[in-house]
Amino acid sequence: MKKRNPLAPLNPPLLPPSARSRAALGLTAAAARGAFQLQVCTHCDAVQYPPRDVCHACLCDALVWRAVPDGGRVLAETTVRISADPYFRTKAPWRVGMVALDCGPSVIAHLHADMGAGQRVRMSARLDKSGQAVMLALPEGSTDLSDDRQLRELACDPRGRRVLVTDIRSPFGCAISRAMADAGAQVLDGIGLDVTDTENVRRAAGAYGGRVEILVNTTLHIRPGGVIGRGDVVLAHEEIETTQLGLMRLAQSFGPALRGRGAEKPNAACAWVNIFSVYGLIPDAAFGAASAVHAAALSLSRTLRAELRAGGIRVIDVFVGPLDDVWHEAQPPPKVSPSQLAAAVVRALRDGVEEVAVGDVAQDVLARYRDDPKVLERELSGRPQ
Amino acid sequence: MTRAAYQDIVLAAPVTVPYARYSIHDAHWWIGRALAETLRIAGLRPRDIDGFACSSFTLGADTAVGLTQHFGLCPRHLDHIPMGGAAGIVAMRRAARAVQAGDAEIVACVAGDTNAPDSFRRMLSAFSRFSTDATYPYGAGGPNMSFALLTRNYMRTYGATREDFARICISQRENALSFPHALMKRPLTLDEYLAARPIADPVALFDCVMPCAGSEAFLVMREATARSLGVPFVTLRSTIERHNAYADDPIQYRAGWAMDRDELYAMAGTTPDGIDILQTYDDYPVIVMMQFEDLGFCGKGEAPAFVRAHDLRATGEFPHNTSGGQLSVGQAGAAGGYLGITEAIRQLTGGALGVQVPDPHLALVSGFGMINYDRGLCTGAAILAAP
Repeated sequence: MKKRNPLAPLNPPLLPPSARSRAALGLTAAAARGAFQLQVCTHCDAVQYPPRDVCHACLCDALVWRAVPDGGRVLAETTVRISADPYFRTKAPWRVGMVALDCGPSVIAHLHADMGAGQRVRMSARLDKSGQAVMLALPEGSTDLSDDRQLRELACDPRGRRVLVTDIRSPFGCAISRAMADAGAQVLDGIGLDVTDTENVRRAAGAYGGRVEILVNTTLHIRPGGVIGRGDVVLAHEEIETTQLGLMRLAQSFGPALRGRGAEKPNAACAWVNIFSVYGLIPDAAFGAASAVHAAALSLSRTLRAELRAGGIRVIDVFVGPLDDVWHEAQPPPKVSPSQLAAAVVRALRDGVEEVAVGDVAQDVLARYRDDPKVLERELSGRPQ
Repeated sequence: MTRAAYQDIVLAAPVTVPYARYSIHDAHWWIGRALAETLRIAGLRPRDIDGFACSSFTLGADTAVGLTQHFGLCPRHLDHIPMGGAAGIVAMRRAARAVQAGDAEIVACVAGDTNAPDSFRRMLSAFSRFSTDATYPYGAGGPNMSFALLTRNYMRTYGATREDFARICISQRENALSFPHALMKRPLTLDEYLAARPIADPVALFDCVMPCAGSEAFLVMREATARSLGVPFVTLRSTIERHNAYADDPIQYRAGWAMDRDELYAMAGTTPDGIDILQTYDDYPVIVMMQFEDLGFCGKGEAPAFVRAHDLRATGEFPHNTSGGQLSVGQAGAAGGYLGITEAIRQLTGGALGVQVPDPHLALVSGFGMINYDRGLCTGAAILAAP
């Protein structure tokens, strides 16, 4: 990789327009989870776009975000060469099209380079650098799309980027490093990084923090035990030091450089991945103490997401169920293997999502959580210990 | 039910305050200048008018309400019309009915906007909720991007070429050369048009209007009032207005005029053949073609052939946008929807500032406004007659 001139000023991280109505944030919420959803009227089934507060066909106010058919046809395309917005001025020319969706609405969308008028497309909603959802029209079928310049701007593809994996010696960190290298990333040598030691993290950030384009925090510290049975808070201290304060130390040392390099060329800093127990969303009593620390760390991750947004850095929360490790031997299968987690992290980066659950258990818990957290709490606490 | 005729409603005292690319004045100044000038022409003081209609994008927190105090007006008919390029027609329609019904004697219709180097971007980024949510984040190309898509679709569907659009832009530029307030002062050649800087394909520089500061005004009153004031006037024969027409069309290739044009001509007792001067809303040449078709001067998809077959200059057999239109005079925000009206009044009263069309009897003016998301939503048109 070509060395950058240390005297050259950093490109200020510009963001695309981020203002949205409250209704439009439904598109962002779905895109953050990797879903393509539009509002559908519960009364007359009319599909709505742009997002509305009442149905354009019957004025009913009960509109729900729902998966809809994503097929469509490009009606017209243009290449925007002159833009009013500073972000798009640096990205011009930019291809945009009008797509008639099979499910009804016409949608203005970012257009994959191969797509033109008359062609069939598959519509997707992706998060842009500002963290808001935008429509992206992709070719139908599953060809490799990763070379598209505009798509790359909407994703955090590891290819060609420098990645720091924090706990590279654990089986999970090791698998993630390997998967990153296989995906075309350059994995930085983070051996010796100790997230429980403030000075150590600061020194590491000083040494190579300016080269990190994707940081994957693989510090997975999930130990069994609830509240009463633990007897003391010694292990809880260790959990807090590792998972919660470890994340804060990493963020305070690596965050500023990452945020400042969000528009660097040729490869901009683009993502920060945290891995949490899905029981950070709602506790599993058998891992109650760890669940609480993961809940705290998850909360920190959301603040980190807000703080890194100014640099266009995506913060991805990866949720896991029981891991295939010594601490989960008493748990029934299925469990998450290192290679399974590694593949999911790479996929989440390529898809540019904010939230992903790995494995059947985490997906099941997340689905139940989104359906009704109170019901899930009863379901989990009623389980035989 | 048949709509009531306008009887003796007239328009008078047209004003175009010379435009400026950028202005250090607020919109209030521009609107105030146009109001002062239209009143001066009619020999009226602010307290003599009892109706005021205003349109502007750059008044900040103010509306027509605040302007009454600012300008010392005491109206009993007050209208703030946020309809962009359709605002002039809509203001005229409402004022005409108010005067006809006796709710007001004289209504001043005014539109004006200021323009500073960054004001266009700021307006675009917060133009409407739908555009903020679903248009602006896609390249932030503004109306250039939106009309590029409509233009591309029109070209693909009906075989229009850039040379066809050039005919509209070039003939309007020629009209503008004699119009003293036009910001574009140089002739435009086909080669220059075709070689212009691309903005959002297929839209290039000379397909776009130049945002600027400026204002326009006219008065609506009874014919008897105009005669007693001794001001030249034109009579209002008919109007139409429509919003969000053809919402089910996947992409805009027609607009509300097509829905209402029969009524427009029937009310005026004429046909497209009877129109001596046409003032279309020309934010982009594709919209001019759409108006030629939807207003019945040719069939749908026939506008490219129509522009090839007609001389669109003020001196030609189909005088169109005789001031040079927004494409050559400039687009002073909401005043863009007034430019065709003031120009039509001047032409019909023999008071053209540039080339005078010889002895015109009827003029048709149309307005088009507000790309709320993917298409213009507001349309209107009026037929005016020399007295």
